[in-house]
Amino acid sequence: MGERILLPWLERDDAFDLEAYLRAGGYETARTVLRTMAPADVIAAVERSGLRGKGGAGFPTGRKWAFIPKDAPVKYLVVNGDEAEPCTFKDHRLLERAPHLLLEGMVLAAFAVGIRKAYVYVRREGYLARRRLEQAVAEAYAHGVLGRRIFGTDVDLDVVVHTGAGAYIAGEETALLESLEGRRAMPRARPPYPAVVGLYGQPTVINNVETLCHVPAILRLGPEAYARLGPPALFSVSGHVRRPGLYELPLGTPLRELIFEHAGGLRPGRRFKAAFPGGSSSALLTEAHLDVPLDYEPLRQVGSMLGSASQIVLDDSACIVRVIARTVEFYMEESCGKCTPCREGTVWLAQVFERLLHGRGRMADLDLLQHISDGMTGACFCPLGESVPPSLNASLRHFRHEYEYHIRTGRCDVEERLAAPRVAAS
Amino acid sequence: MPGLSEAARSEIRALGARYEQRQSALLPALFVAQREAGWLPPDVLEAVAEALEVPLSEVAAVASFYRLYFLRPPGRHQLLLCTNLACLLNGADRLRAHLEARLGVRPGETTPDGFFTFRTWECLAWCDHAPMMMVDEERYGPLTPELVDEVLARYRAGAGPAGRPAEPAGRPGSASRAAEPGGGAAQGGG
Repeated sequence: MGERILLPWLERDDAFDLEAYLRAGGYETARTVLRTMAPADVIAAVERSGLRGKGGAGFPTGRKWAFIPKDAPVKYLVVNGDEAEPCTFKDHRLLERAPHLLLEGMVLAAFAVGIRKAYVYVRREGYLARRRLEQAVAEAYAHGVLGRRIFGTDVDLDVVVHTGAGAYIAGEETALLESLEGRRAMPRARPPYPAVVGLYGQPTVINNVETLCHVPAILRLGPEAYARLGPPALFSVSGHVRRPGLYELPLGTPLRELIFEHAGGLRPGRRFKAAFPGGSSSALLTEAHLDVPLDYEPLRQVGSMLGSASQIVLDDSACIVRVIARTVEFYMEESCGKCTPCREGTVWLAQVFERLLHGRGRMADLDLLQHISDGMTGACFCPLGESVPPSLNASLRHFRHEYEYHIRTGRCDVEERLAAPRVAAS
Repeated sequence: MPGLSEAARSEIRALGARYEQRQSALLPALFVAQREAGWLPPDVLEAVAEALEVPLSEVAAVASFYRLYFLRPPGRHQLLLCTNLACLLNGADRLRAHLEARLGVRPGETTPDGFFTFRTWECLAWCDHAPMMMVDEERYGPLTPELVDEVLARYRAGAGPAGRPAEPAGRPGSASRAAEPGGGAAQGGG
């Protein structure tokens, strides 16, 4: 499949079907590994590959698997397919187009860790994703890829597909466990981590969909050959680009190359203004950051993060105040209400933005925004509330003049500039 | 027996048996109940609690927490307009105004004829087709006012998602066939 690992599966329009998946060599890796490798060697290979969780936190996958107590009689694999980070759509597309690739990754993970029961938690709104996954699970059972004595070995694995009911917070790993246990999706305190006390109080591996989809390739190619590919990552690109979509490129590809070479650049006559490099919870980057490599460490050095690797690109027609107000609104809507800094902070921020956008802002509001943001930083119970300050702070740092214009004039400089030529021409 | 039919109750009990703990089946059980009753009035919540042997307080807590459960009767079709960033950047505000005018209701409301419940929604993960909306289980995008009108007319004519577009096909460099924003052909046009 060349040097790309996931994209070839996404480009096919039949790989969700078992026959097509098998024809393309699907499940061969799992069959070989289950028959010839020791579980510990599978974990070691995944560790050597450098694979890190693709759900946002970026934790090394092999290390996560190694945390699970070997002698625990009951342990679970939970797949987080509740992707709902704004402008992230890779897991959805993988479930829709390559559910067998996920199942193959799950079989390998379960074998490596000694797990016999797995749950896939899929967002309810992903109707096609769930239909395809359920079909794939049924086909896999019929083909002997799931169930008892997989590929004739003594490995067993049962898989249950579970859907959420419309709550972004259910994607946070401990909130997901609560939801899977039939309760409100509210995060649990960590530690203990799910690797020790997870689903039904048992040791649990929680992996993101894309993360597991990388595992078959790691074992097929070998961890070193896989790592030499970049390692590869799927970037969701949306917003003001000519070709929004999914792009598979090596980690470390510069933002400029992703936007201007792969995603077709900006619309005619538009200039780049800013981008979120890791979903709306990552700090906004500006033109000065276009050459930053999209990788964990370089992005941390400029005060941002890779997160779910979803690029939201803004051109000069975007009003930063409006964009940040919208992200604040999102987190306000999705806050579960468990902790005060998130529950109250998001509402308070939204009230200030409401004033700013309606021409009732005051200069003191800029300090107030910073004050609320500082009060939330490091104080929220889970990552949801902590997602608000980075982009807000970055916008105050890089685009303060736009806030000031709104406050001084009661109008939006971007809207005025966009309207100006049309007025002149009429 | 009030609340739910015996068939629904036994479906719910069977769901409970799929999990190590029955309460895990609560989310799917509420969808079974909602499918049968149309929404989740108090007697239906009670029936779910009985069938799963889970306290009513837990059932009510869950039903009121997640957005896809209806605690009031919804319209025949659910219309969710995504207004998150990718859609906002590509004109979701304009489409929201268009939908409000066409439907005569504001987000959160149901049209007087009970045909559509119109809600704005957070990201629906079809960002390469922004701006987009979902009607029941079908996605439409990139939206234009014309495409919105066409989709509304199709549902009103009882055609539902018939003639819906195939799911996006792949193309080199991207796993989407998203037309170029603003200029492309309206997908979802039957």
